[in-house]
Amino acid sequence: MGRYVVRRLLQMIPVFIGATLLIFLMVNVMGDPIAGLCGERQCDPATAARLEQEFGLDKPVWQQYLTYMGNVFTGDFGTAFNGQEVTELMATAFPVTIRLTLIAILFEIVIGVTLGVVTGLRRGRPVDTGVLLLTLVVISVPTFVTGLLLQLLLGVKWGWIRPSVSSDAPFDELILPGLVLASVSLAYVTRLTRTSIAENRRSDYVRTAVAKGLPRRRVVVRHLLRNSLIPVVTFIGADIGFLMGGAIVTERIFNIHGVGYQLYQGILRQNTQTVVGFVTVLVLVFLVANLVVDLLYAVLDPRIRYV
Amino acid sequence: MRTSTHARWAVCAMAFALATAGCGGGGDSGDSEAVLSASWGDPQNPLEPANTNEVQGGKVLDMIFRGLKRYDPETGEAQDMLAEKIETSDSQNFTITVKDGWTFSNGEKVTAQSFVDAWNYGASLRNNQRNAYFFGYIEGYDQVHPEEGEQTADTMSGLKVTGDRTFTVKLTQKFSTFPDTLGYNAFAPLPRAFFDDHDAWVNKPVGNGPYLVDAYTRGSQMSLRTWDDYPGDDRAQNGGVDLKVYTDNNTAYTDLLAGNLDLVDDVPAAQLRNVKNDLGDRYLNTPAGIIQTLAFPFYDDAWNTAGATKVRQGLSMAIDREQITDTIFQKTRTPATDWTSPVLGEDGGFQAGLCGEFCEFKPDEAKKLIEEGGGLPGGRVTITFNADTGSHSEWVNAVCNSINNALDDERACTANPVGTFADFRNQITDRKMTGPFRAGWQMDYPLIQNFLQPLYYTNASSNDGKWSNQEFDDLVDRANQETDTAKAVDLFQQAEEVVRDNMAAIPLWYQNGSAGWSERLSDVKLNPFSVPVYEQIKVS
Repeated sequence: MGRYVVRRLLQMIPVFIGATLLIFLMVNVMGDPIAGLCGERQCDPATAARLEQEFGLDKPVWQQYLTYMGNVFTGDFGTAFNGQEVTELMATAFPVTIRLTLIAILFEIVIGVTLGVVTGLRRGRPVDTGVLLLTLVVISVPTFVTGLLLQLLLGVKWGWIRPSVSSDAPFDELILPGLVLASVSLAYVTRLTRTSIAENRRSDYVRTAVAKGLPRRRVVVRHLLRNSLIPVVTFIGADIGFLMGGAIVTERIFNIHGVGYQLYQGILRQNTQTVVGFVTVLVLVFLVANLVVDLLYAVLDPRIRYV
Repeated sequence: MRTSTHARWAVCAMAFALATAGCGGGGDSGDSEAVLSASWGDPQNPLEPANTNEVQGGKVLDMIFRGLKRYDPETGEAQDMLAEKIETSDSQNFTITVKDGWTFSNGEKVTAQSFVDAWNYGASLRNNQRNAYFFGYIEGYDQVHPEEGEQTADTMSGLKVTGDRTFTVKLTQKFSTFPDTLGYNAFAPLPRAFFDDHDAWVNKPVGNGPYLVDAYTRGSQMSLRTWDDYPGDDRAQNGGVDLKVYTDNNTAYTDLLAGNLDLVDDVPAAQLRNVKNDLGDRYLNTPAGIIQTLAFPFYDDAWNTAGATKVRQGLSMAIDREQITDTIFQKTRTPATDWTSPVLGEDGGFQAGLCGEFCEFKPDEAKKLIEEGGGLPGGRVTITFNADTGSHSEWVNAVCNSINNALDDERACTANPVGTFADFRNQITDRKMTGPFRAGWQMDYPLIQNFLQPLYYTNASSNDGKWSNQEFDDLVDRANQETDTAKAVDLFQQAEEVVRDNMAAIPLWYQNGSAGWSERLSDVKLNPFSVPVYEQIKVS
């Protein structure tokens, strides 16, 4: 187990370097960001040169990357164009996005898995068909449509919620955005659980458990569900990274000042420091989430052992 | 802060409930303690006066600073604010006297030194101020801000403090309208606190305007409160303003409809059709000092021929401005008939129809003119624009359609979107344009000079097409030296006629500012810079 974790952690290093390098190059390919700082006029050359120096843009790209990575390891993520430290931006943005992601994951687990179990056990019944249809609708409608529609209905027409989230972004205001963010994944989780449950219901160990005379509840929760959750856990684990980085649309609709907002603004302003900094952290989150998922397999499936 | 925010929401909700139940009333008098909330965008640069060149940061500076001059919110005329008098005998040496009795909100007196220090800071290369070139006319600017290399002086020799409240300014050339430019934010005075503890100041700016910064969470919200001891006569009529950052103006508009926001100063294009229904008379659409044009790459030989003038004139006549402003912009733009803006007024140099028939939609003549001029270079044009903001792609496509229809050629004009504004500016700076491209101009101060010199003077900072014309340059030089305003304006208009005769850029339309507000507000106005006049807003 310990050796496995160490091996996995070592594997992360090349992935981390590769991912950050790619992002760094991509942002650089977009061109010189200084020109965008002076509005509809040419920056005067002296000031432009000073700014390039300040943001380290006057050096060749490989050197910029090395300096940047060196700084990152000492905890210095650089400065955004508006003079704010990127670490400061992270400190305000990540807690908000983490709260949003938590709510979304919670929705996926609670609603998604429950619906999956219910439909999986009642295959072919009206409940099953109904939920299947519903998930199909959710999957096929783009997030921004769902988001704007719910915002208009609940926020403006019925006045149940505030259409936008305040700058503190407490948990209660993030419920609807969290649901919108989770909606598509939620539908997938439902379908995944359903298929998995339906398949495992006919397996030998379930039949054995039933034959032993175990109560139905124990058969479903301890034996059937635990084994059926493996693909679902993989999906949800990968989804954590996706939800954190992919919340750009949802965060824009509900005016949430989280990671998506900072990334969006960073890309528009071609702010290498912000974009690379945030993506670096997201890459880390993704890697760690994947590791945790793999370790969870061993907990869920007694046949899997790591050496 | 959290508790107070919640408390305020509770009060707002109650006020809303009362208003809907018919218990509101008393609309006109206004509550001088009540705070309104307004939409905002995250300023691109640190909030320093000489470092802010976009409207969102400018909004705040306009609330917390007062300069020597101030542009009248309605007429745009430059009026004395902190200036007691600005005297000159030769339009080159100015003696400025600062009014007595003004202080910053931290109690420090506003003196001649406050201005001189601020201007020297703004001009100094070391401080990386984006608006440094505004001080370019002052003698000694070359030393503190050389084109390359290190600066050789810390202060400009043209600025001298001669008394507690007086200082002199020496310019490198005659510039008669110089005093009128002093209302621009870059010329605001700065307190010692700015220099002594710069980081603290940037986190919570201190100025001398009618509002003071109560709390500032960068990237999300700024709370401004009325400064009770404000010495000026334009005191705020409300208790304060909470500026909230919105990533998307559609969300701000939705929030306004839901009663969570009081003021939106940028109604999204997609909502223009519904705005009358949604807001009724709580919507404003007035001219702003913004003009959109199509510039041409004069560094490209294909566009710098004698015949190309006719091609440009023909292209201009092929654009159905009326139809585009009506259908795409729902009349929030007005077809342009000169190269300035209606906010200048007739006396200020705006002259409707100066462009003449070249700005009228005449497809047949357009086709003839383009053929006479040798046809489109390479048989076709591409219009380059940045696709990340505004509804640029919609109108560029409409302009292209209009040109294609006029020329009976489906492939004559195509749109060429560029992903980000920075990349777009890069391609312009690197002279990579091969055909017409979007050029927008928002005035810095309401003078005809500001619509012509920065855009068409040889090597001027916003002369993106690198157009150069000796006759135009001479006329502008003469106009700047002319002490009589009317004569100066007349000379500028003659220069503008040179722009017309060469069709240096195709004027498209004048842009309006728009605002929508909640039932709590009254007396909402937009100034010529399309920024709400916050201090005059009354909250009930």
